[in-house]
Amino acid sequence: MLKFRINDIDVEAEPGWTVLETAREYGIEIPTLCFHEAVQASGACRLCMVELREGDWTKLVASCVYPAKDGLNVYTESERITNVRRWIFEMLLSECPASQEIRDMAAKYGVTSTRFAIKDPEQDCIMCGLCTRVCAEVVGVHAIATQSRGVYKKIGSPFMKPNEACVACGSCVSVCPTGAMARRIDLVRGKMEEDQTNAA
Amino acid sequence: MGIANLAEKIDAKRLESSDDLVQLRREIQMRQDPSQVQIVVCHGTGCLVSGSPAVTRAFKKVLGETDIEAKVMPGVKTTGCQGFCSRGPLVTIMPQGIFYERVSPKDVEDIVEQTVKNGKPVERLLYKDVNTGEPLQTMDEIPFYNLQTRNVLKNIGTIDPTDIYDYIAVGGYQALAKALTTMTPEQVLEEVEKSGIRGRGGAGFPAGRKWRGAVQAKERKNQPLYVVVNGDEGDPGAFMDGSVMEGDPHAVLEGLILGAYAMGSEKGYMYVRAEYPLAIQHLEMAMAAARELGLLGDNILNTGFCFDAQINRGAGAFVCGESTALFTSIEGKAGEPRPKYVRSVEEGLWGCPTVLNNVETWANIPKIIDKGAEWYASIGSPNNTGTKVFSLVGKVNNVGLVEVPLGTSLSTIIEDIGGGIPGGGEFKAVQTGGPSGGCIPYKHKDAPVDYDSLTKLGSMMGSGGMIVMDKRDCVVDVARYFLKFLEEESCGKCNPCRLGLTRMREILDDFSKGCGSEQDIEDLMSLATSIQDGALCALGTSAPNPVLTTLHFFKDEYLAHIKDQKCPAGVCKDLITYSIDPDACTGCGACAKQCPNNAITGEKKEPHTIDTDACIRCGICEETCKFNAVLVS
Repeated sequence: MLKFRINDIDVEAEPGWTVLETAREYGIEIPTLCFHEAVQASGACRLCMVELREGDWTKLVASCVYPAKDGLNVYTESERITNVRRWIFEMLLSECPASQEIRDMAAKYGVTSTRFAIKDPEQDCIMCGLCTRVCAEVVGVHAIATQSRGVYKKIGSPFMKPNEACVACGSCVSVCPTGAMARRIDLVRGKMEEDQTNAA
Repeated sequence: MGIANLAEKIDAKRLESSDDLVQLRREIQMRQDPSQVQIVVCHGTGCLVSGSPAVTRAFKKVLGETDIEAKVMPGVKTTGCQGFCSRGPLVTIMPQGIFYERVSPKDVEDIVEQTVKNGKPVERLLYKDVNTGEPLQTMDEIPFYNLQTRNVLKNIGTIDPTDIYDYIAVGGYQALAKALTTMTPEQVLEEVEKSGIRGRGGAGFPAGRKWRGAVQAKERKNQPLYVVVNGDEGDPGAFMDGSVMEGDPHAVLEGLILGAYAMGSEKGYMYVRAEYPLAIQHLEMAMAAARELGLLGDNILNTGFCFDAQINRGAGAFVCGESTALFTSIEGKAGEPRPKYVRSVEEGLWGCPTVLNNVETWANIPKIIDKGAEWYASIGSPNNTGTKVFSLVGKVNNVGLVEVPLGTSLSTIIEDIGGGIPGGGEFKAVQTGGPSGGCIPYKHKDAPVDYDSLTKLGSMMGSGGMIVMDKRDCVVDVARYFLKFLEEESCGKCNPCRLGLTRMREILDDFSKGCGSEQDIEDLMSLATSIQDGALCALGTSAPNPVLTTLHFFKDEYLAHIKDQKCPAGVCKDLITYSIDPDACTGCGACAKQCPNNAITGEKKEPHTIDTDACIRCGICEETCKFNAVLVS
């Protein structure tokens, strides 16, 4: 067993566990958006940041991928962490204002308004990438992926064209934390109509 | 015929021992006559663009027509980037080493007639000293060159990068032969450790320690180990690695093979951005030639050591220079970084121990093995050993590649080697470390340029880009430019980088329009800190640096934009007005002719005026006016 401290509480972790897993085991709350037990952690949403401290030295790390180690001194709430979380929530509120989940979660951490302009009031995808990871890692078909990069990044089928790789299993829909995928699945699945005409 | 043509003459047999290599080198040297005339033309990217191929063609044509065969043997040789890019095309006539700048094809006949036939310099093509105006004949006399310590760049400008024999002639692959036949892998590794070389890619992690870590991981995990060259240099205004790959590809390859030997690797990758086609071509030629001579591939120099490498082209994403993104890209997936709480030396390419070093680091290795760790450690300053190549660009007289010992001061680089800023006076700031580095103001001009000192100033070494700015550069505009660049290059995987950089840029956009408040500055700093703390990879965590350093050193200029709606440097279009000084204006009308919006009117020989409503602030009038009559306020 690995022994370390979270928020000044002694905890024990199995070798191979992450800091997040250990914290959840002890009921210590750390918010996450892109984490799901079914797929590998990607460390992308940065809400699960925790602070490591050792004397004067401190460092923020993503708890979903940071391996538990003996002697760690972890804090899940601190000024630096709050600063990171608050800005991410503020930016997500303007980026995907249609997501009730984001509004609720942000409010829970004290963020209820945003200073940034809203670009698309209909947007509800939070770009956590869970749908693409479940499609690739669990279903194994890569029917959807992230397209483009940076602020232009989108979730969709390759080249944004419907494809036959999609088996309409619905894993992406079920794993999506905001329900955004439900509205997009029809844009992914291709060749259905054609198949039916051929059969007829 | 040149040395390049010797390839046909020398029997390119596979080398079976280090003696064979020595033999080959002697054979090549025997065919070289140091007293022969040789015309060396720079074919680095800068000179290629300013027309060196036409100069080379002209030389070949004139030499072909001239009956001077008895005296001119080696003909024309083309080399990689000689570094003095602002003066290209560059031509050097050996053996005297007469150095010509800005040579055009029409100068070629004069050079052949006077220098090649009679050994006399053509004075109008010589470099003139910036201060005295005195013409200087050879490279060694020019401050730009003689104040440098050229180590990595030593061969570039001397050898033909497409010719392995030329590289062997100057001692190439000698270090490899030495290591393979007289040193154990452990000894090579120790030598690199002792040299103290820190990775030239930017962060400055000790290369030897990285190698050691990988070897230990390899033994512990019993997995193959990969060695990788990071040739994905993408900083705006930086071209060091590109020039090394183009100008001395064998040095990079030899360094990689040495690393592979030291660490027991059998497979290497060279990740080169697709925007460097010449570098890719030269590296490919180098690998093919080395393979043919038995210096790469199976049973190298008949020592039983096997190692081969391949080139992977980066598809033009800046973030792919980041180690984990680079590995993801080589693995055939979208080049997105992954969190690296487990270091690459443990889990890199394909999950195996991997050593990634940049081009310059690898190119240093043969020198370290050849001349020894003590020699290397004696250059530079303690804990910052060796030389570093910088690309010096921006508002500086001598734009080009500069190599100096670490610890050299900023002012030596910018004022002595770089010749100061055009028009004289102080530089305003220098941006080091590329787009995510910081701006260092003039008052720190004596700061030593090494990893630790730059970090202390809030900037960083990065891969060695140096952009010099003068008083006509606006720090808000500069910060905005770099953020815009990084925003477009962000892979978009993590929230702070994907969303935050755009939002920071938007705040800066407001500032450049004269909007915003001091609260916005506070918010900007808080947001910047959250991105530094929160972003996943080094692109995001370092992206706020230009904003934070300019805010730290030039806060007044930010306040001038916000409070007074003024851009002191006269750059931000929304905050400046152009006018004409009636006393200085001669009424020549040149500006009115150039104005794209017909905003300038006036009678001939009478002072002109600018209609500020019609003016689109393009600045063409100011550039056109020969009498400095156009004012910006």
